[in-house]
Amino acid sequence: MQFDYLEPRTIEETVSLLSKFDGEAKVIAGGTDLLNLIRTKIIRPKYVVDIARIPGLDHVKYDDAGTLSIGALATIRALEMSAQVKERHPVIAQAAGQLGSVAIRNVGTVGGNLCHASPAADTAPVLIALGARVKIAGPAGDRTTALENFFAGPGRTVLERGEILAEIQVPATPPDTTGIYFKHAIRGAADLAIVGVAVVANFDGGRCRNLRVALAAVAPTPMRATAAERLLEGREPDHALIEIAARAAADESRPITDIRGSADYRREMVKVFVRAAIKRVLPEENDRDNEIATAIQ
Amino acid sequence: MKRLITLRINGIDEEIYAEPWWPLSRVLRDELNLIGTKEGCEAGHCGACTVLIDGKAVMSCLYLAIKARGKDIATIEGLQGNDGALHPIQKAFIEHFAVQCGYCTPGMIMTAKALLDENPNPTEQEVREGLNGNVCRCTGYTKIVDAILSCGGKPKN
Ligand SMILES: Cc1cc2nc3c(=O)[nH]c(=O)nc-3n(C[C@H](O)[C@H](O)[C@H](O)COP(=O)(O)OP(=O)(O)OC[C@H]3O[C@@H](n4cnc5c(N)ncnc54)[C@H](O)[C@@H]3O)c2cc1C
Ligand code: FES
Ligand code: FES
Repeated sequence: MQFDYLEPRTIEETVSLLSKFDGEAKVIAGGTDLLNLIRTKIIRPKYVVDIARIPGLDHVKYDDAGTLSIGALATIRALEMSAQVKERHPVIAQAAGQLGSVAIRNVGTVGGNLCHASPAADTAPVLIALGARVKIAGPAGDRTTALENFFAGPGRTVLERGEILAEIQVPATPPDTTGIYFKHAIRGAADLAIVGVAVVANFDGGRCRNLRVALAAVAPTPMRATAAERLLEGREPDHALIEIAARAAADESRPITDIRGSADYRREMVKVFVRAAIKRVLPEENDRDNEIATAIQ
Repeated sequence: MKRLITLRINGIDEEIYAEPWWPLSRVLRDELNLIGTKEGCEAGHCGACTVLIDGKAVMSCLYLAIKARGKDIATIEGLQGNDGALHPIQKAFIEHFAVQCGYCTPGMIMTAKALLDENPNPTEQEVREGLNGNVCRCTGYTKIVDAILSCGGKPKN
């Protein structure tokens, strides 16, 4: 591997370098994805633009409204260990703890995980399910978009020439919100997901409110399972309804066959883990089959 | 083009001419002869190359040396005390027969050091999870986990 190494100190400088060297430059944050792509000659950038020394891009903090802002350079480990995140958005910390090894999480950033745009990116499903938005900095200033619309295909995002991801913003959740991320992988966290399932919801007298189902590794991009969500919204889920919703999620997934699993197997596992995840987030009184969810995990 | 960079390794500033794409593992081994740090997969999967950067475990094969300027790098060579005495984790690995061929050992020990510094009294589950990025081809892990658990509760240094 060979490249020139550039080290801008501001977002503006980064944006202008990326605009100037469009197509020849790649951003490096932690480098845990990028260096493997370069080493295996999948990409051969002429310039590598290190954004790690830009100050103020690695925060994990809440504002007065309870919105969580995550700087693009915040490490996965910082999300996993943040006492505030564990208290206010525990499902984010829980998912972060399932990405790779500690040594990878110490270096890998949230921005890098999202911008690498792997269909299996472990931070994507929970952030999508929580309704996260991303702030993008570019030549024309800042813009924001829903994270759900950030991915364009395997390895591709909607970032345009000169643009970088600056921040992820996660709205506050109602106090009784519950959520879970199931990562189905052969070697647990150390391996990429065969299927990833995030479910976040709150309940009003047993009825689902704002229930979101998001999936990883079963489509060209991380995706929401909106058909499953619609079936459950406003309803009090019983065994039969959960089964129907889990099937709907499996039907709307678009998995491929690869080294980690066949398309058919993945679709089946979407059903299994969506079912388990919904059961897991249900309030106690609805929770008829929690032992099944526990058995599967 | 090579650049002159200064890296602080085991408390000593080292000046090296390094290409910007050189991973830290290469600089440690090939430029500084600190060959305690091993290279296995060179892709972040095996943990043989684990070093500490500002006290945190990092895969040095997947970390550009140039990124490490201004940070504190600790390698297995720096664990020994000034009097040459082995670090308690190193002693525990010997006492528990946690070393066979030894290739994974420096990475295991540096990972264990970071783990114990953060969590001085880990459970077996925490140790096993903490080691999920370190592959050992020989021992079957049990002895390694025993060695690390035996260090639990001891004062850190
Ligand atoms: C051994 C190993 C295990 C792993 N396990 C997992 C796993 O279980 N789950 C998982 O999801 N991932 C896993 N990964 C992938 C990787 O570690 C994560 O995706 C990590 O979060 C990437 O962050 P980074 O800062 O290292 O990204 P980098 O490698 O620095 O960047 C990744 C990509 O994003 C671009 N980029 C980075 N930041 C920005 C930005 N702010 N704006 C615009 N573009 C940007 C880069 O140009 C590059 O294309 C693993 C990797 C390894 C090596
Ligand atoms: S050599 Fe670095 S993780 Fe294998
Ligand atoms: S002792 Fe041989 S690889 Fe671990």
